[in-house]
Amino acid sequence: MTTTLATGAVTQRRPASRAGTAVTRPGFAWALPATVFFVLFAIVPLVLVAVLSFTRWNGLGSPEFAGLDNWSRLFDDPVMVKSLWLSLLLTLLGVAVQTPISILLGVWAAGNQRNRAVLSAIYFVPLLLSATAVSVLWRALLDPNFGIPAEAEWLFGDGNLFGTQTGAIGVLVLVGAWQFTPFHTLIYQGAARAVPQVLYQAAAIDGAGTVRQFFHITLPQLRNAIITSVILMVVGGLTTFDTVLILTQGGPGTDTTISAYYMYQKAFKGFDFGTGSAVALLLVLVAAVISLVVVRLSGYDRMRSTTEGL
Amino acid sequence: MRRRPNVLAGFGSLVWLFVVGLPLYTLLAATLQSRADYAANGPLGLPTHLTLQNYLDDLDGGFGQYFLNTVIVTVSVVAIVLLVVPPLSYAIVRSRGRTTNLAFRLFLLGLAIPAQAVIVPMFYVISKAGLYDNLIGVILPTAAFSLPVCALVLTGVMRDITPELYEAMAMDGAAPWRVFLQLVLPLSKGGLSTITVFSALQAWNGFLFPLVLTQSDETKVITLGLYDFQTQYGINVPGLLAAVVLSMIPILLVYLFARRALVQGLMGVGGK
Repeated sequence: MTTTLATGAVTQRRPASRAGTAVTRPGFAWALPATVFFVLFAIVPLVLVAVLSFTRWNGLGSPEFAGLDNWSRLFDDPVMVKSLWLSLLLTLLGVAVQTPISILLGVWAAGNQRNRAVLSAIYFVPLLLSATAVSVLWRALLDPNFGIPAEAEWLFGDGNLFGTQTGAIGVLVLVGAWQFTPFHTLIYQGAARAVPQVLYQAAAIDGAGTVRQFFHITLPQLRNAIITSVILMVVGGLTTFDTVLILTQGGPGTDTTISAYYMYQKAFKGFDFGTGSAVALLLVLVAAVISLVVVRLSGYDRMRSTTEGL
Repeated sequence: MRRRPNVLAGFGSLVWLFVVGLPLYTLLAATLQSRADYAANGPLGLPTHLTLQNYLDDLDGGFGQYFLNTVIVTVSVVAIVLLVVPPLSYAIVRSRGRTTNLAFRLFLLGLAIPAQAVIVPMFYVISKAGLYDNLIGVILPTAAFSLPVCALVLTGVMRDITPELYEAMAMDGAAPWRVFLQLVLPLSKGGLSTITVFSALQAWNGFLFPLVLTQSDETKVITLGLYDFQTQYGINVPGLLAAVVLSMIPILLVYLFARRALVQGLMGVGGK
């Protein structure tokens, strides 16, 4: 099949060439190992999670069919409903905090001076660290007895940030921003570099100052980058897990029990893998809807902006 | 040309330097003092008596083993990625087949599948395959989940190879494997180093798969070691933070040497 297609294409361009030229196109066989591997370890589990969400399974025996049991219990479960709201709240706060900072930093870093390159290199470091390392570090830094709050009581009051919902959510947003702002800065940096200089020159001739140039040229030109970055923040925010496990364990009470953490709790602590799967499937559905939006808006499917949206 | 001294952003960038730098400073400072000194000086104080004892204690306490396990996982994941992704990207860029196009769309979809979503069935599959609490059981899913990003990056790079070069090789009557070995691979060196660094980073920092798919000390990776350490000995802050630094050292070394590959990969290799 591949050969015929390729021959057709080649004849179109160079009528003189014969079938021998067409051989230089690789067939699907080249993509097969990666595809099979990916299907086995990502797509099959994705299908399985849907199946398991209709079963009862404690992790040891075999799953038993349970109909809609898990699902109906899930929607009556106040913790589950709360966890969805918390996931959305944390995501929104993350977007609200990270977007303005990373746009400013990205536009600034898009300049050419040497100190910018050095600073950008430093900014990048938090992104390299595992969420585990970042969380352990911040947990220690914000420890009420040994950390910064013990030294700066004027700022932190009694110092136990992890003891109140506001404090715990604040910590999660802060730590998320600390780690992921560099990444979004990078997206904006790339996009800001791509803005045609002509626009700025024209604006300068018209007498527009830096601030007006920023709002009337840079920001509109960053539109696609903003969409991509925000969508990635949403997907990332909805699936935050390590940070919550290490920093707050979902507490105080269930005040930071977001859906991904709740799924882990249900499945691997409560040995209720059926319900865990149902929660996971909910997450997939949300992520899938968003991914469709990503593909449409960012032009992945047309391969225009190859890696802009990683 | 660009005469826009953005004062606001410039000031913000200095503030951000402080935000990024202060935690990293306290991290390093804490690990270099004894527990008693740290308690006396506080996290923001200047260390008085420097010592490496915290690091030595960690290495004695099992971190050597965890380190080794993480190295095994990372090297294997990178090997798998380098074995399957280049042919995949080559096919995506050059094949006119519909199946290949479909495969590419599958990988694009894969970008949006979070590991949490499949962790329960992954536990099921790995247990049934007899790979639970085995490093192979961690390596396989970790590699699979770094495929979409790596495929995307490398495909972007290979797309930049000009058609004339392919045509020249076609005139010589070169078979696909010769084109692949003599043209595509040498010209994709930058992309290959990007996906190497990227998949290594993913594997080194991986947490969820090891957390759920392993159990014993013999298979523990360094991120899990950190997590355990925190829950068990959270009071020993300098020791705990020394473990954090240990987990970062290889990454920072790689960053020092391969910064360009990593940043360009993230910023958009083919986007320019």
